[in-house]
Amino acid sequence: MKKTAILAAALLAGTSIGASAETLRWARAGDSLTLDPHAQNEGPTHTLSHQIYEPLIIRDMTGAFQPALATDWAPKADDPNVWVFNLRQGVKYHDGSDFTAEDVVFSINRAKSEDSNMKELLSSVVEVRAVDDHTVEFVTDGPNPILPSNLTNMFIMDKGWAEANDAVEVQDVEGGETTFAATNAMGTGAYKLVSREPDVKTVLTQNENYWGKDTFPMDVTEIIYTPIQNAATRVAALLSGEVDFIQDVPVQDLGRVAETEGLVVKTAPQNRVIFFGMNMGADDIANDDVEGKNPLADVRVRKAMSMAINREAIKQVVMRGQSQPAGMIAPPFVNGWTEEMDSSAQTDIDAAKALMEEAGYADGFSIQLDCPNDRYVNDEAICQAAVGMLAQIGITVNLDAKPKAQHFPLITNGETDFYMLGWGVPTYDSEYIFNFLVHTRGEDRGSWNGTGFSNPEVDEMIVSLASETDLEKRNETIQSIWNVVQDEQLYIPIHHQVLNWGMTDAVGIEVSPEDDPKFKFFTMN
Amino acid sequence: MLAYIIRRVLQSVLVLLIVGLVAFAMFSFVGDPVDNMLGQERTQADIERLRQQLGLDQPFVVQYWRFLEQAAQGNFGLSYRQGRPVAEILMERLPATLELAFVSGLLALFGGIALGIFTAIRRRGIPANVIMTVSLIGVSLPTFLIGILLIYVFSVELGWLPSFGRGEVVQIGGWTTGFLTESGLKALILPAITLGLYQMTLIMRLVRTEMLEVLRMDYIRFARARGIREKSINFRHALKNTLVPVITITGLQLGSIIAFAIITETVFQWPGVGLLFINAIQFVDIPVMAAYLMMISVMFVGINLIVDMLYFAIDPRLRVDRTAGGH
Repeated sequence: MKKTAILAAALLAGTSIGASAETLRWARAGDSLTLDPHAQNEGPTHTLSHQIYEPLIIRDMTGAFQPALATDWAPKADDPNVWVFNLRQGVKYHDGSDFTAEDVVFSINRAKSEDSNMKELLSSVVEVRAVDDHTVEFVTDGPNPILPSNLTNMFIMDKGWAEANDAVEVQDVEGGETTFAATNAMGTGAYKLVSREPDVKTVLTQNENYWGKDTFPMDVTEIIYTPIQNAATRVAALLSGEVDFIQDVPVQDLGRVAETEGLVVKTAPQNRVIFFGMNMGADDIANDDVEGKNPLADVRVRKAMSMAINREAIKQVVMRGQSQPAGMIAPPFVNGWTEEMDSSAQTDIDAAKALMEEAGYADGFSIQLDCPNDRYVNDEAICQAAVGMLAQIGITVNLDAKPKAQHFPLITNGETDFYMLGWGVPTYDSEYIFNFLVHTRGEDRGSWNGTGFSNPEVDEMIVSLASETDLEKRNETIQSIWNVVQDEQLYIPIHHQVLNWGMTDAVGIEVSPEDDPKFKFFTMN
Repeated sequence: MLAYIIRRVLQSVLVLLIVGLVAFAMFSFVGDPVDNMLGQERTQADIERLRQQLGLDQPFVVQYWRFLEQAAQGNFGLSYRQGRPVAEILMERLPATLELAFVSGLLALFGGIALGIFTAIRRRGIPANVIMTVSLIGVSLPTFLIGILLIYVFSVELGWLPSFGRGEVVQIGGWTTGFLTESGLKALILPAITLGLYQMTLIMRLVRTEMLEVLRMDYIRFARARGIREKSINFRHALKNTLVPVITITGLQLGSIIAFAIITETVFQWPGVGLLFINAIQFVDIPVMAAYLMMISVMFVGINLIVDMLYFAIDPRLRVDRTAGGH
């Protein structure tokens, strides 16, 4: 009896030595806004939730699909309006309760509720039903071929836990009530929440009973997450060895970090493209000096403006090499992106001048450019560079740079005629871009289309994408919409942003295009 | 006396109300919180629904009235950014700022007085001149630059002190303190120097000037002539007479140390109310901004009120009408 106890103790000791404790101290500019997985559709919030909660499907560090709580999924054989998901068996929550189909139904309905910020991604879903304990069916209002890509940030909560803690409803800020789920978290993920002080420190520890313990490296056993807002301080914390891993390394400090012994910088193109939009739809625009007509309505002017932008110079001078010049407003991972279109942008001042003359603006005109100054990498500096470049073809640009909280309402309220915008594509499909940026502005679509562009034919094509199940035909439609966007020079693409992560050389991970480190993929040596 | 106090309190309340009104008038220029709250996939209908629910479609005067109504009942609303009660967040963050301000204040006061005396007594020596020159740099360099410089030297190059945060804190009731742990004390050093440096040079220069003035006075000369020891003249006779304006300035600066901790807190990621306010501005978190501004103005108005009452206690001339009516 005594002997077995000693043996058991020795075995326990052995395992704890085997899995050596590796703490990863992680810093990035901002903190997660809430632990409630359906209350905010925002990068840093999802990144933290991904460690604690899991969706049915995740994207791995390269952006490819990987089964998470679902093992496989397919449209139902006899009904194209239904997707069937087979769920992983034997998964347990952090508190030991079982993961079942009922939790999926509960979570999806919660994410569809009015106060959820995730509901737009589920707008095609009419009903979710549990067929048995480990099978779920999603019924959509028509065939939806890309439903799975809308589910990669759709986290699953335990129904029992939510009910027991009065967290069935999504946090409703305006209602004046705070919910248990905003400050507590309990999921099936690889890490458990130990403690959290918003904006100060969040501590996570490895989930010993994680289903994927053998699937993923799981070298990191403890995560200490501290947001550090000031870029110089964040870099200093990495240089002084107070943190092991930082996101958002400012481009001017990349060299400094990379030169330091024991530190590395890793770089990859981000899922975000930066471009200018122009108000072409109005008869006359307010922020220019041309009376009675709108110079931006002429496609020749828009083409000339695009030709005047020297993307290579912006890359070298403004971005210090940290960007990838773009010819279309889709990041390279997105379905519908082509090498040919993305490299189509040419700088040609003479041709641009000729086009301006042809359009009747040989003497140019003046216009206001609205630009954010705290949203994208070097956003204001890019705009300043563009001011000089457009001056070469006679366009006098008055730059108005503002904080993002003031800039974005200008676009959504249609109060700007020439503006900068950046766009990421979480679904990795062109439909997402078309819905928000190309479709005529209306109730359900086109909310970010500040160009005034409206083409009923194109709108019809965009709407058809949602329910086209023949993927080849769908891709053809995507291609023809892109042709219109390119021919009309609807936007002036600038570049694809590049992401930088700084880390000690012990950390083994590649940069993910979504800027969302999932720590179960990390190796430590 | 009572009438005087009531009049001052009423004036203070009026000042507070006006500060609040100005603050609310300015919020609409900070930006639109709805964009941040809903994310890029929201529809126009969502925007309008939320704007209506938050009362953002109302004129600012109406918004201000609603805020006052709620605030009078002790309810400062929910932070748009964190979704938690504003009062709770402020109470959580206040200890960090107050501890930092306290240490910086002490540093500024004692460092400033000591250096001021030194540079006044030894005003022709090389060390005094070096201190005076360096202090000029302290006054003219912006706070964030000093902070970054200190981080670079003491955290990155020497590795002695932490570059960010508060270290380990101990929870005592509703208060968190960094005074009781080694890492907490270490974390205090750089931010406290950064925040206190300006005030320290200010006090130092003030003490020096006053001290030089006093040392030229006749009673000091007579004291010297009587053969009183130099030490006694400097510290007992001269210093005492120097301190009156120093105390006035220190009182006034105390409020600004708390209010202007914003930059220092941002540089050092110090989890106080200043950093909270910066985050609130970026997110257009109106309830947090409103509560913070009200808190700071209550503090300033409160300090001024106390100072006024102290004058009343000190200066007999203010009590004239009471004595006249009394006997």
